[in-house]
Amino acid sequence: MTTIRSSASEMAAALASGETTSVELTEAHYAQIAKVDEQVHAFLYLDKEGALAQAADVDAKRKSGAELSPLAGIPLALKDVLAQKGIPTTCGSKMLEGWRPPYDSTVVSKLKAAGIVILGKTNMDEFAMGSSTENSAYGVTHNPWDLTRIPGGSGGGSSAALAAFEAPLAIGTDTGGSIRQPAAVTGTVGVKPTYGGVSRYGLIAFSSSLDQAGPCARTVLDAALLHEVIAGHDERDSTSIDAPVPHVVKAAKKLDVKGMKIGVVKELQGEGFQSGVLSKFHEGLDALVAAGAELVEVSCPTFDYALAAYYLIAPSECSSNLARFDSMRYGIRIGDDGNRSAEEVMKLTRHEGFGPEVKRRIILGTYALSSGYYDAYYGSAQKVRTLLMRDFNAAFAQADVLVSPTAPTTAFKIGANDNDPLAMYLNDIATIPVNMAGIGGMSLPCGLAEEDGLPVGFQIMSPAMRDDLMYQVGGTLEAALLSKWGGPLLDKAPVLAGN
Amino acid sequence: MSLNYDQAVEKYEPTLGLEVHVELNTKSKMFCSCSTEFGGAPNTQTCPVCLGLPGALPVVNGKAIESTILIGLALNCSIAPFSRFARKNYFYPDMPKNFQTSQYDEPICVNGYLDVEIETDEGVKPFRVEIERVHMEEDTGKSLHVGGATGRIHGADYSLLDYNRAGIPLVEIVTKIVGGTDKYAPQVARAYVTELRDILRSLGVSDVKMEQGSMRCDVNLSLAPIGSGELGTRSETKNVNSLRSVERAVIGEVVRQSNRLQDGERIVQETRHFQEESGQTRSGRSKEQAEDYRYFPEPDLVPVVPDSAWIEELRATLPEKPSTRRARLQAEWSVPDKEMTSLVNAGLLDVVEETITIGADPTRARSWWLGEVSRLANEREVDPTSLITPAQVAEVISLIASGELTDKLARQVVEGVIAGEGTPADVISKRGLKVVSDDGALMTAIEAAIASQPDTAERVRGGNIPAAGALIGAVMKATGGQADAAKVRELLLKHLGQL
Repeated sequence: MTTIRSSASEMAAALASGETTSVELTEAHYAQIAKVDEQVHAFLYLDKEGALAQAADVDAKRKSGAELSPLAGIPLALKDVLAQKGIPTTCGSKMLEGWRPPYDSTVVSKLKAAGIVILGKTNMDEFAMGSSTENSAYGVTHNPWDLTRIPGGSGGGSSAALAAFEAPLAIGTDTGGSIRQPAAVTGTVGVKPTYGGVSRYGLIAFSSSLDQAGPCARTVLDAALLHEVIAGHDERDSTSIDAPVPHVVKAAKKLDVKGMKIGVVKELQGEGFQSGVLSKFHEGLDALVAAGAELVEVSCPTFDYALAAYYLIAPSECSSNLARFDSMRYGIRIGDDGNRSAEEVMKLTRHEGFGPEVKRRIILGTYALSSGYYDAYYGSAQKVRTLLMRDFNAAFAQADVLVSPTAPTTAFKIGANDNDPLAMYLNDIATIPVNMAGIGGMSLPCGLAEEDGLPVGFQIMSPAMRDDLMYQVGGTLEAALLSKWGGPLLDKAPVLAGN
Repeated sequence: MSLNYDQAVEKYEPTLGLEVHVELNTKSKMFCSCSTEFGGAPNTQTCPVCLGLPGALPVVNGKAIESTILIGLALNCSIAPFSRFARKNYFYPDMPKNFQTSQYDEPICVNGYLDVEIETDEGVKPFRVEIERVHMEEDTGKSLHVGGATGRIHGADYSLLDYNRAGIPLVEIVTKIVGGTDKYAPQVARAYVTELRDILRSLGVSDVKMEQGSMRCDVNLSLAPIGSGELGTRSETKNVNSLRSVERAVIGEVVRQSNRLQDGERIVQETRHFQEESGQTRSGRSKEQAEDYRYFPEPDLVPVVPDSAWIEELRATLPEKPSTRRARLQAEWSVPDKEMTSLVNAGLLDVVEETITIGADPTRARSWWLGEVSRLANEREVDPTSLITPAQVAEVISLIASGELTDKLARQVVEGVIAGEGTPADVISKRGLKVVSDDGALMTAIEAAIASQPDTAERVRGGNIPAAGALIGAVMKATGGQADAAKVRELLLKHLGQL
């Protein structure tokens, strides 16, 4: 019997067999959203009308015997950073309040073409800057495991929606860990594909050279199915890779890692990592060894500089990317009383429209790109990036994939890092190197930390354009852990009381 | 006492730098598929990309790269095997992204030169202008300031923004410092821009209409005391919209700067605007504090890496060099050096060639364009080519050749065409400008002339042929100048028994 707790692939099978319809499935998820989202606050906007129309359309096509894509009729939650035609798209910022894009992002076009039902837009840290969703202009999202804790960020809305069974699939974007860290702290699966694997057209840019959209789900196979829907070359994105999409679904189903070499990154464990995080990570390693993989320790010394370099490159690019929010063509406009100059109105709008974290990064980036500082800051950071790639290349010469804990801690309390941005930034210490090198990264749950009973994420990193390898290892590890746990980790999460 | 130009260049040595912006005539914009057609209703040729909507991404127009490489090759540049786009960050309402996608330290073409010829006191001399770089960038939108007296932003009631021009491909061609021109700086500047325009036109990459802004020139000029070996502070004069203005702007700046220096004042490094009416420049934005554009490589675009075989293919398609063409035409038309240089530097070579191609005699074509048409253009302070078409000039010349117009009548026809009275045929019929060739009508006038000057007629009968001039003059006067003087002479002499 299919329920909202089923995986997307189980739901797809139920749709195919006629056990349920997309309209029923969609309504069941809206019912769950009505029941729990007041507490979770995963969604910023619900497009019930559009979603039900798409669901009915898919049902009609199925009835007529048309050939449908594997995920046709399955509901999905979309991070509010992706443009969807006619649907409010805010990026979690007051700046874009009321803006309805006149076009679909490529990811949305592909979702629609595959018959996927977009339920609505999910909450996020403003312009994807943050690790907790606390920086949203529209209120914080709560972690379904413990409503006093953060759901990760920036894509906390998408991860919370999955963990609260408000949607079986979600789309996130990952600039420094915004898919993987939320997945880790909510006990869900999140994948950052190789840079260029998924088109960025219509993804509202935070840091263009780092941003990448990817699939979020509750199982590795579901993530793989969604990955194949959204990936592929796009003429509208010059940085999109013009090569066949790796066979990630096939890889996720392999359930075999015999003879594979798993590189354990020396620099991504130990100091700064919570003990329960490390112990669950090691249980994951043991499971892989038991499945026939071989562990090798690899060292990536430049990783120590990754965070510092990231906090130069990402703010630099964001200072330029966010310059377009000037009130001239879209979004809010403050102080246009007919007397103020365009410049004054721009200033007032940006003062009101941007939150403190966004302002902090714009200022950081503006400074780092300034003449006289460029070489020391942006220039040096780009060099670190090259060195990071070298470290990864050397490590991948020794191992098929690399692994680490996804985040150094489990979900922290809402408000815990309010006055300490640096502590907040450290959440992404293990995820950032992947973005800096443009390779693939996945987070999947590997247990609950003993000290707080909260989910721990296991990160698998694969070489560029070999996303299939992380799915192969992830699928195998997931199967081993599920049989050990006797069911999905999310079964251990408290059931949210309804309204 | 204030210095005039000749006095100024006796004391000071001018140094030039020329930056020319050329709009390419590609069908679509630099980074999107919007039309580049001139004159469309405001904001009808826009899309998410050229409006800089959140999430939209640029994709380079291959044709624009091809055109730029052609320009580089024609200007004897090296084509960079690797070049990149960069973002030039600054705020302006008509800049959709608040950065201009341009090229910075890695332009596509570098180190070229252009040879021109100028008329000097010692005859025609060659002059080489060295090219620093040729790079690609996108144009901005247009602001229309409504209300207020000046049409400028200050004092305007409101401003309208038209983004049709935003994203049109521009090529910027920058010279190295041009020294050693002595007093001929105005001629060198004009000859360079003229030659450049001819090359661009022959390449077919741009409309090169200075009046419409598809070719715009900025003139940098500085002065230093002769023999000092120093380089003075420069001004940058914008808004120089015709070949004639290029020359006038240089003269204007030499005079202005020399008088300031003479008075012991310093030259302010600033942008100045050329005033078409007065030939003077007006102070604009000060550049004393260099604006910080925070350039960095455009992360949304991949580097331009042109294949060397492709470059050679393009090189092979280069049209005849203007200098080669000039030598060929000069020989074909048997024109003396000095006149050829005047023709070229007046920007009249193309129209003269066209006039001759239509069928006009080369000598007459040249003398009409350089003579009467240029005289009328100077009176009106416009470019000769904007007054009348080659086809109209050819028509007038052919009417002279067939005897239907005298030179004097032809001048009236040309004046009429320029005054907007229509085609030469229209002017002839409206003004009744026909040569009187009817023997009867002429004989009546001749007999009247003889009757009024019987003594003169007697002298002619007696063999004093030159005395006939007075009688011919009387006939011409009586026919309002519309008689063919040669014909009158023939008839008169016959009548008086002298033929």
